[in-house]
Amino acid sequence: MSDRVFGGIGLALAVFFIWQATQIQLSFISDPVGPRTFPIIVGVVLGLASLVILIRPDAAPDWPRATRLLEIAVAAAVMVAYALLLPELGFVIATALAATYLTWRLGTVPLWSFVVGIAISLGIYAVFALALGLSLARGPLGF
Amino acid sequence: MDVLGSLGDGFWIAITWQNMALALLGCFLGTVMGALPGLGPSNGVAILIPLAFTLGLPATPAMILLTSVYFGAMYGGRISSILLNIPGDEPAMMTCLDGYPMAQQGRAGEALALSGVASFVGAFLSTWGLVFLAPQLVKLALLFGPAEYFALFTLAFATLGGISSSNQAKSAFAAALGVGIAMVGVDGQTGVPRFTFGEVHLYDGIDFLVAIVGLFALSEVFVFLEHRGKETAEGKAATVGIGRITPSMSVLRKCTPTMLRGSALGFVAGVLPGAGASLGSFIAYSFEKKLVDREGTFGKGDPRGVAAPEAGNNAAAGGALVPMLALGVPGSGTTAVLLAMLLALNITPGPLLFQQNPDVVWGLIAALFIANFMLLAMNIPMVGMFVRVLLVPPRILMPIVAMVSFVGIYGISGSSFDLLVMVVFGLLGWVLRKLDVPLVPIILGVLLGNQMEANLRRALTISDGEWGILFASPLALVLWAIAIIGFILPIVVGGVMRRKMRGGLAD
Repeated sequence: MSDRVFGGIGLALAVFFIWQATQIQLSFISDPVGPRTFPIIVGVVLGLASLVILIRPDAAPDWPRATRLLEIAVAAAVMVAYALLLPELGFVIATALAATYLTWRLGTVPLWSFVVGIAISLGIYAVFALALGLSLARGPLGF
Repeated sequence: MDVLGSLGDGFWIAITWQNMALALLGCFLGTVMGALPGLGPSNGVAILIPLAFTLGLPATPAMILLTSVYFGAMYGGRISSILLNIPGDEPAMMTCLDGYPMAQQGRAGEALALSGVASFVGAFLSTWGLVFLAPQLVKLALLFGPAEYFALFTLAFATLGGISSSNQAKSAFAAALGVGIAMVGVDGQTGVPRFTFGEVHLYDGIDFLVAIVGLFALSEVFVFLEHRGKETAEGKAATVGIGRITPSMSVLRKCTPTMLRGSALGFVAGVLPGAGASLGSFIAYSFEKKLVDREGTFGKGDPRGVAAPEAGNNAAAGGALVPMLALGVPGSGTTAVLLAMLLALNITPGPLLFQQNPDVVWGLIAALFIANFMLLAMNIPMVGMFVRVLLVPPRILMPIVAMVSFVGIYGISGSSFDLLVMVVFGLLGWVLRKLDVPLVPIILGVLLGNQMEANLRRALTISDGEWGILFASPLALVLWAIAIIGFILPIVVGGVMRRKMRGGLAD
């Protein structure tokens, strides 16, 4: 069943891709093939592959329970928040928060998570920014 | 001889303090990553690419660092196979079969030492293979025109899913998806934007480093989140005694022919596109079992069953570098990631690389020889240190992996947008892994998509729009034939082989 859904999504994606490819504007100078043809070929391959997956699905994988799916979704949301807050908070604070969350959700007890998170953040900062001289995001506090 | 002269020059380039320090660092990090379950050669190298890039390393030192990581990971993969019966990475799977029984009999140290020697033999011999085979392949590649290159890229996609993938439709899907992602951005030949939806960030296309780190490294974090609370490696390593760490001469002597055979088979498997190290170790093990297992000791802790797959997978690692350097078409997942590094440094592998940047090629190969000796030293007397690394639990390791991935990508571009794209690729990678869609063709598609299109369009410009040019030369026809056979064969043979691989593990 998973593969049927997957094949369906793939097919929709392929149709969308081919449609978008036909919308590519042509410039007045062009080679014999032009910018549209190859993407259309790729879209057709994508569509055919999706169709085969749709018609001959494999056995469905073991999907995790809803709570676990939520867990993954929240982790992704934390990473998105991290990406957005990084320039605002600065590297050390943002990374400590994100690392604390991840290690906590992976099974570290809460208090220790905090310690581990800060240690990871400072460790990476020491190696990458201080030792290797990489420019990481600077927050209001300068680190 | 010409080749040996070039190799000699390579040693002059490789032997600098910086390069040796990078090789040592790469070997160490690689062995650690290989040993840790969940981190293998491809995601290990993927995490370090942004680092090498942001450090502003020139091409030769950067490649020395990353290929040392690659070889190190191939060595390190055996450690957890032997001690925990959990392969540190996929190619180390076959090493579990005899390695873990040896550990249970209290001969873990012997197994580790023997497999270290076998890894060395495989990697060392295959580096020699690389020295002699790559220049020959370059001579062949000089005959390639755009039409042949287009056929070659098709061949790479057709065979890459290969024997390890369970469903060719899914490999094709992955390849098309990757090439499709590569299409995003401004068209190189006419300058019109494609699939950008008016988003300025997309005009440059999607950076393949972002895609690689997201798909390989970040998705691993999601996998661990999904499986949290299940059996972990913690504490298990401590329960297995290591025993003596030197192999006895008699065992080594007994295993020497095994290692030589394993190396040869592994090297060939590595050179063939799409087969890679997993197949190398599988073939080496099965062949050896057929050939010498008269008393039925394989699978019960036979030293030869440890030596064969380890020689095989390390030889395959060297073999996979041959098509990557000579043709610009990687033979395995990790070499695809290495190719990304070269492309990011604006170096196009292939015949021109050997002519225009011989220093990169030969410096790299010379560094590989040196790295092999470093790895031998690290993996036998100092193996105890890496065993301790196995005690780092994933709940601490995985956040580090995630944060280092973010740091690396942010270090290159300094843009939050790229981080968001990376998270999307991380989630995509997790879903696709669940659905058994191989990730390597996606990476290869993102990497090679634009070159593939450029070659197609060049060929048709030469022929003034006549599509027949794609099939005009005998060389192109041969490549098309291999591509078709390579795509269809796994559908017929692949099922049998996978059952054997799984069956072998279940015993």
